[in-house]
Amino acid sequence: MSPPLEFEMRRRTLLVGTVATAVTAGMARSARARTGAAGAAAAAVPAGPVQSTVNVTVNGEARALTLDNRTTLLDALREHMHLTGAKKGCDHGQCGACTVMVNGERVNACLSLAVMHEGDEVTTIEGIGTPENLDPMQAAFVEHDGYQCGYCTPGQVTSARAVIEEIKAGIPSHVTGDLTAAIAMTDAEIRERMSGNICRCGAYANILAAITQVAEDEA
Amino acid sequence: MRAFSYERASDPAAAARRAAEVEGARYIAGGTNLLDLMKLEIETPVHLIDVSGTGLDEITETEDGGLRIGALVKNTALAADQRVRRDYAVLTRALVAGASGQLRNKATTAGNLLQRTRCPYFYDTAMPCNKRTPGAGCAALSEGAFSRQLGIIGTSEACIATHPSDMAVALRALDAVVETVTPAGDTRAIPLEDFHRLPGDTPQTETVLEPGELVTAVTLPAPVGGRHAYHKARDRASYAFALVSVALIRLPDGSGRVALGGVAPKPWRRAEADAELPNGARAVMARLLEGARPTEENAFKITLAERTLAAMLAEG
Repeated sequence: MSPPLEFEMRRRTLLVGTVATAVTAGMARSARARTGAAGAAAAAVPAGPVQSTVNVTVNGEARALTLDNRTTLLDALREHMHLTGAKKGCDHGQCGACTVMVNGERVNACLSLAVMHEGDEVTTIEGIGTPENLDPMQAAFVEHDGYQCGYCTPGQVTSARAVIEEIKAGIPSHVTGDLTAAIAMTDAEIRERMSGNICRCGAYANILAAITQVAEDEA
Repeated sequence: MRAFSYERASDPAAAARRAAEVEGARYIAGGTNLLDLMKLEIETPVHLIDVSGTGLDEITETEDGGLRIGALVKNTALAADQRVRRDYAVLTRALVAGASGQLRNKATTAGNLLQRTRCPYFYDTAMPCNKRTPGAGCAALSEGAFSRQLGIIGTSEACIATHPSDMAVALRALDAVVETVTPAGDTRAIPLEDFHRLPGDTPQTETVLEPGELVTAVTLPAPVGGRHAYHKARDRASYAFALVSVALIRLPDGSGRVALGGVAPKPWRRAEADAELPNGARAVMARLLEGARPTEENAFKITLAERTLAAMLAEG
């Protein structure tokens, strides 16, 4: 049953009014941020072109891109190369959903400018495995139910593979006991090293089981 | 984020010259802190000079038996270096207590020293902050402000923000020296003790670096030996900034060095407090935190610092 027309109109008016207020507030906030943050440099303009060209190898394929300098590696992957596996979560390096490999090391793609990756080799989740040919870590995540909503999963899988390699390479962590001895593949080591990947569903215990299984299979 | 132009530098001295030429230029290397701040328009450089290709990424031995750490050495590589693990373990412990694996793979030595505070009011552009906008006022000192994380000593009426680095606290205990090159091509060696400024009434000026001056390396004197430890008290077990952190070097004769993180606008150490080490944690902290002016919310840091050091001393 529809509400009376009069009520509906008032409701719509109210909604429009709310949106307008929100937009105004947003604009005021960003204007204030500009004057506040920039201070004397407010009128300054870029000293040169605001676009740059970068050559990067992504999942084994050479790519040449001309990008606005502001483009992060994550946005270049998602918006320009249409590799949407790496996710934009917090966009400030706090959640790990954007984790990719650069020259063999895991990094937060959201906190890296794409134009700074000249000559680099980037591997995203699409380069790690495919639905037809899962990486062992992906298969272990499936087997142990290491995901719920799945938004964090590409970053978790990428990070998990790197964690095993980092322990094998003898890179110490916060929970490493003896800094001069070989580092053991313990639950504590894996948990500590995965702390840059947040899962708000709380699948951590299953993720830990998946990583442990892959580490044991590879040992 | 505001539009900016971008160039890659291949030589440190040329980068410094260029930085002095272009008004509003900033260096970028790892970018893990600068990009975060640029997205929020807290940092608004109009030109970025990418120094990541200037070759300052080696750890070499110095003539006097110490180490020279290139400004671009990544936190992971520095923490994992066998010489650091053996002779400067407090530095490895501090590094791995900070950030996440992903961030440590990008974050550099110089960038870590130059990172900005995580004071919530510095990050919130809707609130006044003297560090962000000189003269605006300090929201952290207003009635009912959230100051649990903020500084208790070395602060001022204008600013109570802390320096967030763990690495710097260990470097302070190790008597590290910061090497730089100026736009004129001169080099400087600045003891870390003098590198970060206290806020006074100009909290926006955080170091003694001149405009355009580029950090090229951090040097460590010859190893002092002893037992090295770094304990970090924080609100979760990992990947959080310190409420209080303690870097401790204890020598066999009972003497040693203590530096604190999470309490001041710079790594906090006093020679007269080091001298109290044979007398225990309470005596050390009485000297080290003498003159502290905590807020109601963060007064607990004084007790926490003393108990953290006491626990470390009890471990032997």
